[in-house]
Amino acid sequence: MSEPVIFVPRDSGALSLGAESVALAIATEAQRRGKQVRIVRNGSRGVYWLEPMVEVATGGSRIAYGPVAAEDVSGLFDANWLDGGAHRLALGPTEELPYLKKQERLTFARVGITDPVSVDDYLSHGGYRGLQRALSLTSPAVVEEVVLSGLRGRGGAGFPAGIKWRTTQQTDASQKYIVCNADEGDSGTFSDRMIMEGDPFVLIEGMTVAAIAVGATQGYIYVRSEYPHAIRILSEAIRGAEQRGYLGSDVCGSGKAFKLDVRVGAGAYICGEETAMLESLEGKRGMVRFKPPLPAIAGLFGKPTVINNVITLSSVPTILEKGGAFYKNFGMGRSLGTLPIQLAGNVKYPGLIEKAFGVTLREIIYEYGGGTASGRPVRAVQIGGPLGAYFPEAMLDLPLDYEAIAAKGGLLGHGGIVVFDDTVDMLRQARYAMEFCALESCGKCTPCRIGSTRGVEVIDRIQASRGRSKSDSAALLRDLCDTMTAGSLCALGGLTPLPVMSALRHFPQDFGLPANAIS
Amino acid sequence: MPILRCIQDELGWVPRDCVPMLAEILNLSRAEVYGVVTFYHDFRHAPPGRNVIKVCRAESCQAAGGVALAEHIKRRLGIDFGETTHDHAFTLEAVYCLGNCACSPAAVIDDDLVGRVTPARFDEKIAHLNRPDR
Repeated sequence: MSEPVIFVPRDSGALSLGAESVALAIATEAQRRGKQVRIVRNGSRGVYWLEPMVEVATGGSRIAYGPVAAEDVSGLFDANWLDGGAHRLALGPTEELPYLKKQERLTFARVGITDPVSVDDYLSHGGYRGLQRALSLTSPAVVEEVVLSGLRGRGGAGFPAGIKWRTTQQTDASQKYIVCNADEGDSGTFSDRMIMEGDPFVLIEGMTVAAIAVGATQGYIYVRSEYPHAIRILSEAIRGAEQRGYLGSDVCGSGKAFKLDVRVGAGAYICGEETAMLESLEGKRGMVRFKPPLPAIAGLFGKPTVINNVITLSSVPTILEKGGAFYKNFGMGRSLGTLPIQLAGNVKYPGLIEKAFGVTLREIIYEYGGGTASGRPVRAVQIGGPLGAYFPEAMLDLPLDYEAIAAKGGLLGHGGIVVFDDTVDMLRQARYAMEFCALESCGKCTPCRIGSTRGVEVIDRIQASRGRSKSDSAALLRDLCDTMTAGSLCALGGLTPLPVMSALRHFPQDFGLPANAIS
Repeated sequence: MPILRCIQDELGWVPRDCVPMLAEILNLSRAEVYGVVTFYHDFRHAPPGRNVIKVCRAESCQAAGGVALAEHIKRRLGIDFGETTHDHAFTLEAVYCLGNCACSPAAVIDDDLVGRVTPARFDEKIAHLNRPDR
């Protein structure tokens, strides 16, 4: 019998709760007791209230324990956990956890299961099948497979990925680039980080497929500096892929070259905007560019560039392996495939939930999330990061679908959901949205640069004034938001009005205004 | 930017004197280099304290007690965001999302990300800090 394998996550979230000292305690305790064990540092399964969640694999199945503290380790050995002994932290087989069992994991199929930096592990769990198929097709056929799948940009804008690829593929140039947007700055989102830390090869494979499809030979992953673990794991995985011939001058013996490098941001939210990111990659201030020209035609260093989010690119291997038609079977309307939903804020069971589009907010927040962590009623939910709208509890039957949410004045964005209980002050949330915009504005467009600061002042005036002066200030805030929406180049200035106006529309009492003050 | 990152990793901040040197080496104007240094929040313009505390102030952490935590930390250290204590022991910085939203509220104490931070857990963590002078 081979030695038991113990999985201790190296995901940032697990590490922030002490996974490192748990791994150390397990190694020390096993040695002290003369037990042979192999410790694998996997990604996170995304059940964060159970982190650090340790899994023991003996024979065929993996048994989960969590949340494990370093002090629990000795007791776990006493309970004979290597042979499935009973313990108060035992959760049963990981696959049977209802939170995981009900999901439809395509992009996250391997996250938390494999060793993120082992090429062999990736291969033995179905990795690189998408690339093999892509190499057997012509470039336009690869692009058409992605078009067929209906895959839309998961970064927030929801633009069809295949159309972008087609544009770059059809543009003649001496050099083309693939840029992965890993500047995941939205609060309440962490799926990019989980992929980069838990299954970096799926992203590398997706980028390689994109490169082959459009004829690019150089790729960059622009990672925010707040993600040091992701940067380390990605770099390690890229080295592994190079050594095995999956990256480099001759990808899998196809004669095609693709080189991949990691670039690190420096704490600027605006660099998640694709043109600001290109400026930053070129070593400049992250100022937003005018479009056109589209980056797909004239992007990085003026060359045709495909820019996609981490999740978009990581969805590509499944699409190539199983076909665009398979992927298209998931989802609803024009939102096809699956969405990795990130549930956070004041919620009992926060984590990563990958489901087909169309699942309702209520289902996610109550059936998965278990309601608020504080036990108080849910009052507001923000979807899609700091530029997403706030919705009241009464609107939670909304399905997660790009069009359905847009129709209600919100945006799905990167799929982050932040839950607030009834202690939230929505005037303060609206003020924060303006403050954040002022802080992160690149300064190019006046409505965003100055309007955001004026917005903070107007909201303060609404709070401080009464009667006529209050309603006048509210009207002024609406005008200001209209100007920002219409007069900003990018989503920062253009969408900051969403959280502000949705707070005002759905929660006028927090502003001291009568219901229906703003229609 | 990788050069500025190296300087900051080495010194903890980017001194103004570096700007003309970098401009000359990179064949850029001083204004261009200065523009980059000042654009990005990561680059510091003054030396930080021996220990750097970063606290997330974004929505998910706000929803999970982050505001009260930030108030506690400010009181405990006696400084506001962007300030350094007189004895140069601590610098307090604000960050907007650490991607640890499922374990809110989050903070970074020196280089370690910490999740589900409570005032008590914060006090316990900083009690052991004893980083030598740079």
